[in-house]
Order: sequence, then C-alpha cells, then structure tokens
Amino acid sequence: MTGAPAVEAVNTSKRFGATTALHDVSLSIAPGSTHALVGRNGAGKSTLVSLLTGLQSPDAGVVRFDGEPAPPVPDRAAWRRRVACVFQRSTIIADLSVAENLFLNRQGDFVRWGPLRRRAKQLLDDFAVDVDPAARAGDLGVEQRQLVEIARALSQGTRFIILDEPTARLDATAIERLFVRLRALSATGVTMLFISHHLREVYEVCDTVTVLRDARHVLTAPVGTVDHDALVTAMTGEAVGLTTVGARPPVPPETQVALRVAGLTLRGSYTSIDVDVRAGEIVGVTGSGSSGKVALAETVGGLRRPTTGTVTVGGRTVTPGSVPAALAAGIGLVPHDRHREGLIPLLSVAENATLPIAASFGPAGYVSPTKLAATARAFIDRFDIHTSGPAAPVSSLSGGNAQKVVLARALSTAPSVLVLINPTAGVDVRSKESLLDAVRTAAGTGTAVLMVSDELDDLRHCDRVLVMFHGRVAAALPAGWSDTDVVAAVEGVTR
Amino acid sequence: MSTVPARLSGIRLARMRDLTLIPAILVLLVVGAVVDPVFLSSTNIINVLQQQTELSLLVLAETVILIGGRFDLSLESTVGLAPALGVALVIPAASNGLGTSWPSALAVPLILLVGLLVGALNALLIVRFGLSAFIVTLGMLITLRGLQIGITGGQSLFELPPSVLYLGSATWLGLPLSIWLCGTLFAVGIAVLGWFRHGRAVYAVGGNVDAARAAGIRTDRVMWIVFIVAGVLAALAGLLMTGRLGSIAAAQGDGLIFKVFAAAVIGGVSMNGGKGTLFGALCGVLVLGLITNILTLAGVSAQWIQAVYGLIILVALVLARVTTGKAQDS
Repeated sequence: MTGAPAVEAVNTSKRFGATTALHDVSLSIAPGSTHALVGRNGAGKSTLVSLLTGLQSPDAGVVRFDGEPAPPVPDRAAWRRRVACVFQRSTIIADLSVAENLFLNRQGDFVRWGPLRRRAKQLLDDFAVDVDPAARAGDLGVEQRQLVEIARALSQGTRFIILDEPTARLDATAIERLFVRLRALSATGVTMLFISHHLREVYEVCDTVTVLRDARHVLTAPVGTVDHDALVTAMTGEAVGLTTVGARPPVPPETQVALRVAGLTLRGSYTSIDVDVRAGEIVGVTGSGSSGKVALAETVGGLRRPTTGTVTVGGRTVTPGSVPAALAAGIGLVPHDRHREGLIPLLSVAENATLPIAASFGPAGYVSPTKLAATARAFIDRFDIHTSGPAAPVSSLSGGNAQKVVLARALSTAPSVLVLINPTAGVDVRSKESLLDAVRTAAGTGTAVLMVSDELDDLRHCDRVLVMFHGRVAAALPAGWSDTDVVAAVEGVTR
Repeated sequence: MSTVPARLSGIRLARMRDLTLIPAILVLLVVGAVVDPVFLSSTNIINVLQQQTELSLLVLAETVILIGGRFDLSLESTVGLAPALGVALVIPAASNGLGTSWPSALAVPLILLVGLLVGALNALLIVRFGLSAFIVTLGMLITLRGLQIGITGGQSLFELPPSVLYLGSATWLGLPLSIWLCGTLFAVGIAVLGWFRHGRAVYAVGGNVDAARAAGIRTDRVMWIVFIVAGVLAALAGLLMTGRLGSIAAAQGDGLIFKVFAAAVIGGVSMNGGKGTLFGALCGVLVLGLITNILTLAGVSAQWIQAVYGLIILVALVLARVTTGKAQDS
C-alpha cells in the first residue's frame, strides 16, 4: 500500500465529564483493507466510531481521510461522502419503499417514481442484492436491510464503511453470505472498519486487528500474527482460555424429566417437536433464522400459542400461550430481544430484575422499598451486574449487564425450567462468561435449561444440542460434537 | 434461504390500502338513496360537500402533521380565533371590534397571518424547545379559545367585511368556491406529499427521525414548515366557515378536532407518524360527511344525533382497524 491511509486517527482523546472515553488512541487504516476493532463493552469502540463518523470531535488529536483533515462536525454532507456507518440500529425508514430509502433526500425536487425505481433496481443489481425496489423497507429481513444500507452508502460515493456489529442479528448462513460480499467489496478497494464481539469473524474477514482496552490502544497487528488466546488476553488484560469449557458431570438418565415438549406444532414455524429436558440438564437448540428455533422457545415461554401439542412441566400440562401460566408452572424466560421484550428502560435495575416477584415484597401489592433493594442487591452480587446501584435506570447499563438483569429476572422466581434465547447476543467476552456461568450454576441446582442460540460458544455448555432445520429437529448431537457437525446440520447438509 | 419479498408488496399495496374506503362510500351512497330520494339530488350532494370543506382543510393540515410524527389539537381554536381577531382589527368598536379600524382590505391577510403565527408558536414550543406536542397544543387550544372570547366579549361578530365572506359564500361555475378551493388544495397536497422531495421528507421525518437526519434532511425545518402551513390552513378553514355562516360565533370550530382525528384515522393515517395519505384522509372526511347527512335525513332526533354519530365513528374506527389489520396506536 502506498500513499496516505484511507482513514487515520492520530493521538485522539475524548473525555465526557469525569470519564475518559478515549485516551491518546491512534488508528490507521490502509486503503482497501478490512480492519477489525475489538474490545470489551466500554473499551472506547463507540467513542472512536463517533469520532470517525463526525458525530463528535476529539478533545485532542486529529482525524484524517486520505491524508486530509476531516471536515468540521456540522458539515454532514462532507462527512457522508467520506464515511458511512451501518449501525446495529437500522437507519431504514420502515414505511417507505426500498427505492426511496436508497435515494432519500437525493430524489430530486420532483420525484419521478418510475426512473427512481429503475435507478434503485440498477443499484441493487450492481451489488447483487436480490430485493424488490418497490417493496416496503420494513418488510425486509435484517440481512436484506443491512445490504440495502451498505448499497446506499456505496452509492453516495463513500469508500469507507464502518460496520458496527453487523452480524449480531444474523443467522449463520446470512453471516456467511455477508462475508462473501464483504470480501468482494474489499477486492474493489472499499475500506472497512469491522466491529464485532466474535473473534472468529475477525479472523475470517479482516486483515488487521486493533484492540482497545479501558479507553486505550493495546495493539494493532495483522490478524495472522495474533492467535485467538492472545487477542482475548489483549482485550481482557489477563490470560483467559475462552474456548475451554469445563466439562459438566453427565445428568444421570434416571433423573426426572422437568420439561416435556410433546408433538408441539406452530403452523408456519415448526412441526411436531418432541423434547425432554431432565432436571439439571442443559439442552441447546440451534438452527438458521428460519428454522423455527426462536418460535419454539417463545412457545415454551408462553409468548406464543401452539397450534397443537403440549408443554408439560414436572408432569403438569402448562396452559398454552400465557406468560403468567408459564411463570406459575415454573418456567423462566430470557426473551429474544432484550430491548424490546426484556427490559423496561426507564425503570430501575431493581424493579426490572424483580418484576415477576414484586408481589412477594409486601401485602396487597405494596412493594416494600427495603425488601426490593435488598433482593436487588443480592441479584447484583450473584450475577455480577456492574451498576451504580439498584436504583440506577436499566438503560444506563451496558449491553452485557442489561442482559444479566434479564437473566436475573428469569431466575428470580427460582424456576424449575429456564428458557434462554440468544442469551449472549451483543454481549462482551467477560459478560458472556458470567452469563453462561450463571446458567451453569442454575443447572447445577437442578434447573432444566433449554438454550436457543446461534453461538457455538454458548452451545458448548450444553449436555446435548438439537439442530432444527425448516421447523423440524434435524439432528441431536451429544456433548463432544465438533463445530462442523453443528454447522453442517444447520445448513441442512446430511453427513 | 433469502426470502425475496413478494412482487405485490410495497407501493402497489399501499395504493390498494388507500382505496379501502371507496366501498364504504359507495355503500353509504346506496343507504342514503334508500333512506331519502332527496339524498342523491345535486343540491344535497353539493350541500354535503360544502359542509365538509372546513373539516377537510383541518384534516389536510392534521394529516401532514401526523405523517410528520407530531400532532396538533389547537387547530379547532385557530378556526375561531383567526377570523375573529382579523375581523376585530378592521371593524369599528361599536360592532365589538378592537377599535383599531384598520382598512377592511387587510382582513383576509390578517386572518391568514394569525394562523401563520399560531403555527409558528406551536413549532417554536414543540420543535425548538422540545416540549410535548400533546400538552403544548392542548394549552394552545384553551388559550386561543379564551383569547377569542376575551377579544369579542363572548359575542358573535356579525358586521363582516364582504372580502371575509367571499371565499365561503361565492359560487363558481355552479359549485361553491370553497369546494373548488378544497379540491385544489388537496390536489396540491397529494402532489407535494407524493411526488416532491420536500413532501417525502415529511414521511422520512415521521418514519424515523434519526435516519432522516442522517440522510441530510433538515428535520427541524421540515416540522417548522409543517406546523406553519397547518396554522394557515386552519385559518383558511375558519374563513370558509365564516363565509358559509355569515357570522363568527364565539364557539366557532368548537369540537371539530375530534372529527378531524376520526377522519384521519379512519382514512388510514397512523398516529405514530410516517404513514398515511391525503387521499385516504379525504375519503375519511367524505365518510363522516355522508354519515351526518344520512342521520339528518333519516330524521334521527336532535337529542340523539350526537350519541349516534359518536357511536358510528367508533364503529368506523373498529372497521378501519380490521381492514388495515394494524393497530392504530401503540
């Protein structure tokens, strides 16, 4: 690579009040390279991204594009030409068509719909995105929406794209397709900054990796020269063997079945599923986004009503399609999307964590503040929740800690069955460990765990893993499976 | 396993949704003809249309604001205050004027200016200072109505300059001028919202304000303009009502806002912003107008007409919920 780097941050620092969000961090990305930015939650990734996208200006240091100083913060148009960010949070307007989203505010003063759609079709074809430009953008799946956002960024002439956890809400096959695309884009000279919690992805698509820790730069190196453990060490500041999972003692076969799912069918999602989970057993369920695995877990948790079939807990049939009934039967649920179904952002950590058991804090619906705080404090200790206190609003927590609150709530009723859906999505390495530890502890005390996840790292904690394909259980793998077994079954490849 | 969206989705389906009220309107026409043969006479139909002109202008204003993701309750007070204040500035004190006795040619411009200022004040409080649109416009609703009563001493204004009466009472080519005016404004509104960048920006702002800002749309300016246009339209509606009735009552426009929201929501406009069309809203206005007319012709007693009318609107909302299949509010 010759010439100036495509993007450069030189000795940048940023403070917010008393906290240093970024301290003397430098980053240089060569044109056409795919650069990974990793670090635990709160390491300074988001702050660095906000400097690189011009949402904030650094207190010290400079940002340069192709060797030239970055435009002033208010000049949004100039920033948009230089950098585009595909956020986790979509910037698509759901009720407008795909074509209009692509050319938003660039339609011309008078909008001629025909030519606009043809231009959109041309653009989508150029990037081989198989989406109807006349479709309502809100009807697209996560994957297609991201592709539309990437296409929009590139059509504005942007040659530098920041991908902020693009894979967090995609299933395995979609991630693979995204990576194929990213490699193709990289080959055409597009520069990318890739932010991810999944180190495997970093190895798969990036050529260089930069690690931030505690607002400081730790290392920048070609990915080939740092191995997995070295990367984790750099992120956490201590040697951690992430990939090693302590073996669990096998659950004796004579143990009572705690959760029995029999002939469960939800039309359009899954068909005749039979699963038995013994007390203390962790059963993993995985599959692609359309496999019906999430719908299955939501049915067990009472969020959906099955077409036919029964869910039995400890020998008693649970009234279908009712969360209160599921709770009463002893089922705790960690829902799919903690922002949408998991937490009430303005309520405190204490209230969020104790919602299902608030009735036990006093007579006639009275919630005793002392009992509430005491219970919450116990949860905070037990689940290692980093918060300023039980009264802090849950919206002030990082993703990992918010997820711990959701888990604490699911376990607050001391359920005999725990259902988890993607419990570690969008969560940093350390929080992942404490979350999975808490799940193992719960199983150790006799809770039956049904864990739906896309993460091989989560599934490693399971005693057995069921792989769903098109709404049916395609494979049941006992502990000791290899990654390829799972991936092959998820893809529907029979081996 | 990528799922390609069906070809029939998107804009085509949106247009279909626009037409959902057409069958309802046809049914109402048949019902009306059965109830009373007078119903289909051109005099009656023109009458129905003219009575709906004021409401339709308010619905036009409210729909644009709703699409932009905000709302405005104060429109109905502007309907009364704008003509009252404009007229009070030009008529002599003896006729309940303010005593300024400005040239009466200024009356119409003054009325529209009052609407513009009310809209700008709403925008200042809601957009610039970030106050809750609900409370701001509720406060404005009461304040403006109070201002009108204060200015006129609670009296109706009768001695109006001819220029003020003209728009609401003149007839062009056999149709009341107010119908021509509303038709034109709706046509302009539909064109701007459907085919012009500035109109599409309103949808973008109401649909996802962060995304709109990221695309370079000046989101605050868009909403300033929307509130101001809405204020002017409300003043114009007041002008039409004044011309039609020949006087300005202290309660002019009172209670209209409920019908405005009902027409917009029946017409498929989302209370959450970013969704809806002016054509749909116009159909909503027509449905309400036909229902009122049929109730009157059917001889529903005056004491019961309000309860029946309210009930029918609630039923219409339920039907709109069923046909669009989406919750109207979350």
